[in-house]
Amino acid sequence: MKKIFSLFSLLVLLIIDFAAFAQTQRFPRPEFESGYTQPVTSMPEPRAGIFALVDVLLLIAALSLITWFIHKKRSRTGVVITSLFSIVYFGFLREGCVCSVGSVQNVVLALFNPGYHIPLSALAFFVIPLVYTLFFGRTFCAGVCPLGAVQDVFLLRPISLKKWLQKVLGLIPWIYLGLAILYAATGTDFIICRYDPFVGIFRFNATFFMFAIGAAFLLISVFIARPYCRFLCPYGVILNLVSRVSKNHLSITPASCIQCKLCENSCPLDAINKPVEVKQMEDKRSATRRFILLGMIIPALMIIGGWVVSNFHENLAMVNSKVRLANELLHFNSNTMKESLEIEGFRTSGKTKEELYLESAAILKQFYYGSWMLGAFIGLVFGLSLAGLTRYRYREDYEADKGECVSCARCLKYCPVESN
Amino acid sequence: MKKDRREFINTCFRFAAGASIVGVAGVLASKSAKGDFFWQLDPTKCTQCGRCATSCVVTPSAVKCIHVYDMCGYCDLCGGYFRPNVKNLSTGAENMLCPTGAIKRTYVEDPYFKYEIIDELCIGCGKCVKGCGAFGNGSLQLQISHDLCVNCNECAIARDCPSDAFKRVPLEEAYQFAGFKTNKKI
Repeated sequence: MKKIFSLFSLLVLLIIDFAAFAQTQRFPRPEFESGYTQPVTSMPEPRAGIFALVDVLLLIAALSLITWFIHKKRSRTGVVITSLFSIVYFGFLREGCVCSVGSVQNVVLALFNPGYHIPLSALAFFVIPLVYTLFFGRTFCAGVCPLGAVQDVFLLRPISLKKWLQKVLGLIPWIYLGLAILYAATGTDFIICRYDPFVGIFRFNATFFMFAIGAAFLLISVFIARPYCRFLCPYGVILNLVSRVSKNHLSITPASCIQCKLCENSCPLDAINKPVEVKQMEDKRSATRRFILLGMIIPALMIIGGWVVSNFHENLAMVNSKVRLANELLHFNSNTMKESLEIEGFRTSGKTKEELYLESAAILKQFYYGSWMLGAFIGLVFGLSLAGLTRYRYREDYEADKGECVSCARCLKYCPVESN
Repeated sequence: MKKDRREFINTCFRFAAGASIVGVAGVLASKSAKGDFFWQLDPTKCTQCGRCATSCVVTPSAVKCIHVYDMCGYCDLCGGYFRPNVKNLSTGAENMLCPTGAIKRTYVEDPYFKYEIIDELCIGCGKCVKGCGAFGNGSLQLQISHDLCVNCNECAIARDCPSDAFKRVPLEEAYQFAGFKTNKKI
């Protein structure tokens, strides 16, 4: 009996299905008598995966080449040549995509969203520069990253910034990184790609606003070395951290430093640390006090940061299109207002208002927790930068600051010491 | 002694950083072995708002009108080709709905006409799609042309789409037509 019933229901379903199909075809396809052959519906294939492999191989080749130029040849010319290659290939030919800076967001989205998996090329562009940095310092920044390279070739009259200004501006990339992670994790937007100042120039299709920003960055980088890299790039701060523990960072002198001070002002990024005179060690009591004080300030900063940012979580969430739509719908009055394209799209989608409100409430909740974490993260970064300022570090020679140095190799030719 | 301690801490951090990079890469790579995603426009959700023509990072847009010939009724009075209330059914520019003249109308046999999209001229505005959907079979559909699409991290049209019609799909599911299933071999 059950079997008959299921067969019957299947038949009914089939009939309904057929009826639905017949309904969509208002004008049935004619039976041609003239021997007409129908063209094939065009469905062009995407760019073959082999090209993604070429991108990754070229990245590895460029990284290896520039590392060899910096570490073995100690040649600035080599760095410039690799930079030009990167600008032409990764910049203009590949139109700035795929890029390591943006790949941070793919990684975050893949970690938080189980339905998304990251393209292997994007993952390679995220990981390979990190691995090279772990071994050789930020050679990726030196001239493989097209964004860094294009600023570096514009640097003609470097001026040095005040130390405090560098420290303060150096906090911006952390905030930018935190925001980018928040928006990528909630699946809202990829802000790093959206506000990339140079990609519009590489593609020759920037909006006026983005072109103005890109041009301003290039103009600034004539005087101030790499403004985007130092004060905005979210991938740069990750590389900065990794580079601090790198195994073979570039050393200014090929043999041993004779403290001739010739390289002292050669760095356009002010990333050369000067020798520190031997100082009396801080006594134990003051060190303990400092430690306890910092141990209290950092958590306090994290809590304050979390509280402050979480107060703005609704504003942050307005970037999300679903939240924006729900908000628009809430204030929509069909008598006085003209229906926007978004509301029209929503109406035709057949979703109910309640579903949308529930979805947007869930997203708002994510943003609430996310903004607490973002605020705590910013607080932690502020606290640790404070702690870094109080740290005393003994140094005998002129050394590159392993974190800030982008291995552009400008300082190398200032060193008069011959390698042995 | 002091130098040694600093060196030791550095080594510890280096290994920790290395391990976390390898860990993250391993976890993500095992997931990505399934293949890449491509952007797909769902024609059942599309409202032909016209933003595909303006939001794409590629100019002209990588979204094109694609003609599903199997669904076409070969009408003389084509809702996708002619403007509404057109006086005579000729190929004159004043009669055309397409702003760039990207649809080619050719006579097949009485009373049927063939309509072809000239890809180079199509800007993906969706005007013909709307017309065909309203008066005809809906055989003209907007699709992402994957030879032109640069497959951005975050599709600029997807961000601006008012009906949420863009999603990432595996390669096998690219080119999904409304009301018609294709046996494509790509």
